Amino acid sequence: MARRTPLWDRHVARGARMVEFGGYEMPLQYSGIRDEHLAVRGRAGVFDISHMGEVLLTGAGAEASVQRLVANDVARLSPGSALYGVMCTEAGGIVDDVIVYRRLQGEGGSPPPEDGFLVVVNAATREKDVAWMRAHLLADTELTDISDRIALIAVQGPGAVDIVAPLCEAEVRDLRPFRSTGARVAGIDASTSVVSRTGYTGEDGVEIYIDADRGGELWDALLDAGRDRGLVPAGLGARDTLRLEAGLRLYGQDMDESVDPYSAGLGWTVKLAKGDFCGSDALRRIAEQGPPRTTVGLSLEGRSIARHGHPVRDGDREAGEVTSGGYSFTLGHGIATALVDPGVAGSDHLDVDIRGTMTAAAVVPLPFYKRPRS
Amino acid sequence: MPDLSGFRFTATHEWVETVDGGARVGITDFAQAQLGDVIFLEMPEVGTTLKAGDRFGVIESVKAASDLFVPVGGRVAEVNGALADAPERVNTDPYGEGWILRLEDVDEAGASLLDEAAYTRLTT
Repeated sequence: MARRTPLWDRHVARGARMVEFGGYEMPLQYSGIRDEHLAVRGRAGVFDISHMGEVLLTGAGAEASVQRLVANDVARLSPGSALYGVMCTEAGGIVDDVIVYRRLQGEGGSPPPEDGFLVVVNAATREKDVAWMRAHLLADTELTDISDRIALIAVQGPGAVDIVAPLCEAEVRDLRPFRSTGARVAGIDASTSVVSRTGYTGEDGVEIYIDADRGGELWDALLDAGRDRGLVPAGLGARDTLRLEAGLRLYGQDMDESVDPYSAGLGWTVKLAKGDFCGSDALRRIAEQGPPRTTVGLSLEGRSIARHGHPVRDGDREAGEVTSGGYSFTLGHGIATALVDPGVAGSDHLDVDIRGTMTAAAVVPLPFYKRPRS
Repeated sequence: MPDLSGFRFTATHEWVETVDGGARVGITDFAQAQLGDVIFLEMPEVGTTLKAGDRFGVIESVKAASDLFVPVGGRVAEVNGALADAPERVNTDPYGEGWILRLEDVDEAGASLLDEAAYTRLTT
């Protein structure tokens, strides 16, 4: 039986098409993926992403534990700041990709005096991640899975901040990317109410963490506030096409425990210089020898669509496979990311075997789409 | 709702309408709604001869690729070329401008067709 987010009844009432994703019954689309995608690129969309997991690490050993678990370096994070990183197995395979915040004081109920971190994990891997984290915690660290206590709502698009800022009792416009602040939103009292300048669409925007039982009120308030600015509810379908255009990876599709972060194009999140951590020996070896595969962007002609698992060829030889593929509504052609043999990454063109038809694809840099800077 | 009294349907959500000694084929409104935004159709060559139930192409939506099957047999006389540039017509007008194939020399041998009432029961 799939779980429901605190906003489930609102999605159903709006007639959203619901699908199971990561163990949750989630909205795939409301008006249509194309409409929602273009709304986010042009105006703004609001997403229920309450399926994401939130894990608190507190106690005197929390920072050392996070440093052991995550390959990126959290030492320099100031309170409220976040970074993107991966957790790796001892062999260097990716356990999950995560966002790590150094906690703001007073967030998440009664604030412990110690330092603390919030690790945001994928829904489908939440139980696995919690078990992995518990097994690798250092002394004086307490782990609390608060996923079920938190609703998470993303507002994304060039108009997102203009919609959210007037509702917030904090200056959201001044919030830099990957920073968060505690703020009452839309006058809703909650023990947790944190606005973060983060997202998964390639657009400007925020993600708001709030007590699960206040999530519905926040959703309604955001839609009300955005009505005159073209804000639409958007589902996981648009979230996927948006993140693919933005070159953002999806766990379980672009990477899993058989893929190391260098192959996945996430080597920039691995900080070998910080000292030993889970997977560091293997990652050091991979960094020295060169990764076994590399992630490339593919641009397909016309409307051909490459999908996860389609073979990629370089002339007669196997070169790898597509990890994510779809149609880019912004660019008007098919796009894909593929894990390939590093020897072919310099090629101008590769072929994708789409159900037996060899389809030419240009090798292009990621991301496919970058938002215009204002 | 368009008048579908002349249409027959398959359990795989295609429709067929007999016109001028031939037949037009497309996918149903239920199918297009399930597929979501249609991006691309892979269609057979004109002149190809198909038997009822043969796979004749693929429809790509944002979500997935799905096989298409002909409700009746026949020779492909025409494919809807307008869908190359405007595949969204399958979504906006599945029984009209979103038609996919026109068949001639129609052969209903082996066809398993539903009338509108039976198809509606299948999808509700």
